[in-house]
Amino acid sequence: MLSIKNLQAQVEDKQILKGLNLTINPGEVHAIMGPNGSGKSSLASVLAGRDAYEVTGGEVEFYGKDLLELSPEDRAREGLFLAFQYPVEIPGVSNINFLKTAMNEIRAYKGLEPLDAKSFLKLSKEKQQLVEFDAKLVNRCLNEGFSGGEKKRNEIFQLAMLEPRLAILDETDSGLDIDALRIVANGVNALRSKDNAFVVITHYQRLLDYIVPDFVHVLFDGKIIKSGTKVLALELEEKGYDWLKESVHAPIV
Amino acid sequence: MEKENQLLEEIANSEYEYGFVTNIETDKLPEGLNEDTIRFISAKKQEPEWLLEYRLKGYQAFLRSKMPEWQNFKMPDIDFQAISYYAEPKPKKQLQSLDEVDPELLETFEKLGIPLNEQKLLAGVAVDAVFDSVSIATTYKGKLKELGIIFCSFSEAVKEHPELVKKYMGSVVPHSDNIFASLNTAAFSDGSFVYIPKGVRCPMELSTYFRINAQNTGQFERTLIIADEGSYVSYLEGCTAPRRDENQLHAAVVELIAMEGAEIKYSTVQNWYPGDKDGKGGIYNFVTKRGICKGRKSRISWTQVETGSAITWKYPSVILQGDDSEAEFYSVAVTKNKQLADTGTKMMHLGKNTKSRIISKGISAGHSHNSYRGLVYVGPKADYARNFTQCDSLLLGDRCGAHTFPYIETKNKTATIEHEATTSKIGEDQVFYLNQRGIDDEKAVALIVNGYVRDVINQLPMEFAVEAQKLLAISLEGSVG
Repeated sequence: MLSIKNLQAQVEDKQILKGLNLTINPGEVHAIMGPNGSGKSSLASVLAGRDAYEVTGGEVEFYGKDLLELSPEDRAREGLFLAFQYPVEIPGVSNINFLKTAMNEIRAYKGLEPLDAKSFLKLSKEKQQLVEFDAKLVNRCLNEGFSGGEKKRNEIFQLAMLEPRLAILDETDSGLDIDALRIVANGVNALRSKDNAFVVITHYQRLLDYIVPDFVHVLFDGKIIKSGTKVLALELEEKGYDWLKESVHAPIV
Repeated sequence: MEKENQLLEEIANSEYEYGFVTNIETDKLPEGLNEDTIRFISAKKQEPEWLLEYRLKGYQAFLRSKMPEWQNFKMPDIDFQAISYYAEPKPKKQLQSLDEVDPELLETFEKLGIPLNEQKLLAGVAVDAVFDSVSIATTYKGKLKELGIIFCSFSEAVKEHPELVKKYMGSVVPHSDNIFASLNTAAFSDGSFVYIPKGVRCPMELSTYFRINAQNTGQFERTLIIADEGSYVSYLEGCTAPRRDENQLHAAVVELIAMEGAEIKYSTVQNWYPGDKDGKGGIYNFVTKRGICKGRKSRISWTQVETGSAITWKYPSVILQGDDSEAEFYSVAVTKNKQLADTGTKMMHLGKNTKSRIISKGISAGHSHNSYRGLVYVGPKADYARNFTQCDSLLLGDRCGAHTFPYIETKNKTATIEHEATTSKIGEDQVFYLNQRGIDDEKAVALIVNGYVRDVINQLPMEFAVEAQKLLAISLEGSVG
């Protein structure tokens, strides 16, 4: 569904991604790990179409479409979802109204009628249960006054509601206690299917105990320098990243 | 950034959606103002002698007055002699039902989304539609009459209830208050009158739609609302005006009087034609609105959503005279293109234990300037007076201005006055977050803005709140045209 070839991108003249390759198929879960500043969150931002990032080379194909040509909202409507590392607060905008707007925009893009209020509420209840999301938070304003954990859980609730084809979780585990982590992971696992795929960006192998990936990639200096299975994550946990960095920086004679 | 600027450009340049002109023959006075014109208006309306004299007093005060100089914009040169002071649609005959109203006029109301029919009854709204200074149709009078409520045009009140009009007209806004109030006193055309008897709770929202139509006709509305002891009324005023190439002056006067234990809620949605994107045309809106909490434990609440007019100059104020009285001012003012708004309130605490609350939300886009100007005055006898003021400004783009001029004057040491103010820009992060959920830029901005003004919109009656939200969306989205 997603094919990234030689992707290069920069922020304010600083090269962040330096020729990244990645292919994702439906039903797969990919974990992306790597040290701070290696470009993990930048990859998420570039895929979602954040304005500050300039793509300087390479191509990204999403279900046969040139993703980089699409506006951020059209990428979302095509089924690309980003669970933000730092979800913003939007004061005064009710969580549920926001979600209803989002869902109906996506439906309209697909040529579907807006969901009527009753069906929407029913769906919302189901999904709240599925991802164990507090009903009180549903009616509050969008992330306003939410704790860090509540914001992350709201991202997963939105993911459940919008049912994207590809979800990128950008350090969703950071700042979560072990119970919240378990709830978030259970939510994601409940949403996994043969038709959708997940990219899980994380620093910690811990999350991968709960969300078991099919593939693990190590991102370093704007490139994927190693790919493997879950075993790789365990290896990283044990040895850190230095042994991989050395292989990259080995002097060329 | 490039994209954001482009978006702001579009939003800032969106055209006025309600610009159309209804073609109805008008009976129009030649331009200019003098004693003869005033006598003509008064005679035309078959007014009693005392009212003509009061108009002439207003005219004398107008001649003595100077234009105000303290506002935060350059006052345009208004040629008062180039304005026609009276116009009315030619009445064919006395109208009894909607069927008899000019179909073209009904169509105009339709375009504006004003259902002047039985639906209003179901919605609990009685409508006194003012079209070019003369009331065309008044509905549900019977129902209100049963309760002893008087809701009619100002001219009618002059005829039917002269004692009330004579007693209260000019008692809150004197004829010499300011040049625009004086002008209104001299030349007011028509308006609305409300009287709620003792202990009566008005069962429906009273609403009036004002509309300027005839070209070059200044509109000088006059509203007087009296809530007798222990009564309650909620009054809605909403307006849209057709597009124009020449500036039009609008100088209304609104007076509210709340007796002991009475409560008046006054809500406004103001959407006069703001001029085109270069600032050409548009209404000059110079309004004097003031209420008095005359009796103990009385309450007055002003809520306004101001999106229109080339210039908005208005300060709905309250004199808190009765002990334990309370006043509120909730305001959303939106300016774009080259619009200018200088608006706010005055809370005059005279009685003991009086409380006031001011929530002002300014939104500026394009090259516009949006100023909040507020005065909180606590008199020597106003023991334990309290005021809370929150004054927020939201900027869209980097070529507009938001200004705040809060004045506090207290002559009593027991007063408690709080003032909070913020200025923010619409966050790129917020817009992107919404984009990432499939919501485009325009809808994202509308959502964020509606969230920002929620505290004020929530004060509006339900039906009006929905209209106001739509209006904000229309005002700020580039979706028009």
